[in-house]
Amino acid sequence: MSAHEDNHAHDDHGHHHKETFITKYIFSIDHKMIAKQYLITGTIMGIIGIMMSIMFRMQIAWPEEPNVLFEALLGKWAPDGVMDADIYLALVTIHGTIMVFFVLTAGLSGTFSNLLIPLQIGARDMASGFLNMVSYWLFFLSSVIMVISLFVEAGPAAAGWTIYPPLSALPMAQGGSGAGMTLWLVSMAIFIASSLLGSLNYVVTVLNLRTKGMSMTRLPLTIWAFFITAVIGIISFPVLLSAALLLIMDRSFGTSFFLSDIFIQGEVLHYQGGSPVLFEHLFWFLGHPEVYIVLLPALGITSEIIATNSRKPIFGYRAMIASILAIAFLSTIVWGHHMFVSGMNPFLGSVFTFTTLLIAIPSAVKAFNYITTLWKGNLQMNPAMLFSIGLVSTFITGGLTGIILGDSALDINVHDTYFVVAHFHLVMGISALYGMFAGIYHWYPKMFGRMLNKKLGYLHFWVTAICAYGVFFPMHFIGMAGLPRRYYTNSNFPLFDDLADVNVVITIFAIVGGAFQLVFLYNFFSSIFYGKKAEQNPWKSNTLEWTTPVKHVHGNWPGEIPHVHRWAYDYSKPGHDVDFVPQNVPLKDGEEELQH
Amino acid sequence: MTALLTIVILVFILIAIWQMVKIFDLAQAKTENSQVATDKDNTLNGYLMMGFLAFIYVITIVCVVKWGDLPLLSNSASAHGPTIDNLMTISLVIIFLVQIITQFLLHYFAFKYKGEKGKTALFFADNNKLEAIWTIIPVIVLAGLIIYGLNTWINIMGVDESDDPMVVELYAQQFNWKARYAGADNTLGKANVRLIDIDRANILGLDEADPNAQDDIITTELHLPVGKPVLFKMRSQDVLHSAYMPHFRAQMNCVPGMITQFGFTPTVTTEEMRQTPDMIEKVQHINEIRVEKSEALIAKGEDALERYEFDYLLLCNKICGKSHYNMQMKIVVETQEEYDAWIKEQKEFKNSLIN
Repeated sequence: MSAHEDNHAHDDHGHHHKETFITKYIFSIDHKMIAKQYLITGTIMGIIGIMMSIMFRMQIAWPEEPNVLFEALLGKWAPDGVMDADIYLALVTIHGTIMVFFVLTAGLSGTFSNLLIPLQIGARDMASGFLNMVSYWLFFLSSVIMVISLFVEAGPAAAGWTIYPPLSALPMAQGGSGAGMTLWLVSMAIFIASSLLGSLNYVVTVLNLRTKGMSMTRLPLTIWAFFITAVIGIISFPVLLSAALLLIMDRSFGTSFFLSDIFIQGEVLHYQGGSPVLFEHLFWFLGHPEVYIVLLPALGITSEIIATNSRKPIFGYRAMIASILAIAFLSTIVWGHHMFVSGMNPFLGSVFTFTTLLIAIPSAVKAFNYITTLWKGNLQMNPAMLFSIGLVSTFITGGLTGIILGDSALDINVHDTYFVVAHFHLVMGISALYGMFAGIYHWYPKMFGRMLNKKLGYLHFWVTAICAYGVFFPMHFIGMAGLPRRYYTNSNFPLFDDLADVNVVITIFAIVGGAFQLVFLYNFFSSIFYGKKAEQNPWKSNTLEWTTPVKHVHGNWPGEIPHVHRWAYDYSKPGHDVDFVPQNVPLKDGEEELQH
Repeated sequence: MTALLTIVILVFILIAIWQMVKIFDLAQAKTENSQVATDKDNTLNGYLMMGFLAFIYVITIVCVVKWGDLPLLSNSASAHGPTIDNLMTISLVIIFLVQIITQFLLHYFAFKYKGEKGKTALFFADNNKLEAIWTIIPVIVLAGLIIYGLNTWINIMGVDESDDPMVVELYAQQFNWKARYAGADNTLGKANVRLIDIDRANILGLDEADPNAQDDIITTELHLPVGKPVLFKMRSQDVLHSAYMPHFRAQMNCVPGMITQFGFTPTVTTEEMRQTPDMIEKVQHINEIRVEKSEALIAKGEDALERYEFDYLLLCNKICGKSHYNMQMKIVVETQEEYDAWIKEQKEFKNSLIN
């Protein structure tokens, strides 16, 4: 650290150490550049993931009808423009994988943890810039491998994003379980390595590199969220890695961890003694915390944005931290609610029902605290604020149905139906995506030194908000009608014929919502070059990142790192002339720091 | 060639949208300079928040009215069904109440407290009483739901052997179902996929030497006598499947290498279910849709769709490969006499083997 500061003592006038194009833009070790790299890669993966969802939604709405789009994009998988059943499952699988891991884990957490942790705690950079760079490039490599897997002969992985064996383990069970699945597993193994390097870096940085005065109880809630997210990642991702490695062993080296007594295509396989239920345990030991790995950063971002734009302190700072900690703890002991009907002992089901429903308590606390923060505020309706309010809305709508799915007795009948799809898309998919959008609109000036166009932001938000509800709200009802997910077409079940019109409505909302993301893409990419130049602190915010110069410098602050004298939420504090008091402003004589 | 043309057209459409957005963008640039929300923006978006609240309520009402006959809330056909339906109804009522109130508060506050220049927000950072209230209320509500839920769950999953349930095996394979009845001894013969001998038509891998297996009966339809408890033993020969019987509120995965189980008592025969007013209405509606579709099909020179008649179904509800979407088996619930007549016609295992 001191060496770092020495370096910068000489850099005061903006002369950096010699940076070539490659060290600045490609193999950069600067956290701000790495954040942008994560964001751009995540955005590209997001475009792929959303396009896939639109394609399979079209198949569900207009089953087995020829479609020129399919013919153009799917090639041999859509003979005469009719989508093949195998590629349908593959699209569903890769959509889930990309959105959960590549967009909402790496794209969200990778971008904002990298950008904000050093800036908001007052550090020159991450604890290890080199590991940070390695982390990004491993993520990039895993993205490339995942995209390559789309083009293998027998098709990409198609066993659902949960890749339960034996379906994922046996190439004869499904075309996608051949080379496609091998690449999927390799890609995920690399992804996990990347995620772990990133998480370790975040934890070490938050614990060790906080500036003078930045105690843990003065940290902005964004940092608390990123910090706890990283801890959950470190606890749970290695378990998925072990599951992936054992699955690779089963697939390629003849072991029987997850397989036993299998007769397929006229022959008995040698596997004996393993159990697919073991895989389900290992998978969901990550899989459930993963929901919070995706969601907590979004909630952290929302806390910051709602407080700033309400011009009010976040309500219940300590309760917010306590609920993050409670959610983090509970998230590691609820995984079995994905497995109520997996064949595990029903007594375990009871335990998991109990722990799962407990999670509703800290979640409710968070929702009410957000709502109370708005109360008697002076709300500045910037696009970031709209997305944050939207997040609270979808978080409530999606979260509430969790008390049905978490209840083992009710789960019997809605397990793996569209009810589940609607639930998790609202509570983690859309909510986290809103968190990501909110973060982009809010910190774009920090990332690119320019402002995003707010009018386009409003257009983007309102259309997206309506389409998100239009897609996922009716979906609850087809789930309650008993329609299973992952069906290529429902036309073999006259029982579900009366649901066909709902599916058309949903698909139309999905297409419109998907198309309007172009407004965002345009805004994002054109504003990099043509956006209005940003002021240093456009949102009049308290946190330290807004004390850095608009033009990025290596080491973040040209001079000394500011010291911190107060918490991050002194908005509209009585006794001050302006409605915000940045964290680096010393307490006035006689001013008391809030015992929050 | 069409593929290429489509891509070209798509690209053009994208460029067109891009250009339109750009025009919109440029048109805005002159009139306004600040990209931070002004009072005008606050007011506009505040009103839109109320509009959006209305949208949420409207979409809720539309969904409930149009698609809310909620087949999983009524007309259950098993003894435990009504308890699940009650719990579901209670949970849904709680959810709707909380949803309506919290969404109102959120959007109304967003409208009411929209920013204005010169206004000051209230410095209100903490209140332990409030925090306690919204911790304790969920605790009480959830405690109730947990106790009710667990009670229901334990009652459903616990198998009461004193009921002397009829034992039936559900056997899953890519992509169809078989049922195996235990026969007169009500004991399933030993079985393992290693014993499958397709040439001898031993398709479920029964142990031919096991005396219990001799009177087992393998069928492709599931017939159940009404009012008789059934205990299903599930097996799969290849990948995970899930035996989903929505009308009976029953589901359990079929796992290769282990035997899972689920028991229930069917209470409504297929015939009775067809005669319920709800079902008559639903079937009529479905048939109207099918007639409409058939007209389109006939115009294209294809066959018309068959008329739909209600049947209970067993569906596969765990992704299992290419034809997952068409892995189903008909379930017939009938009187004991009808069942006895049907089972008598089926071949016992020892007679079904090819020597």
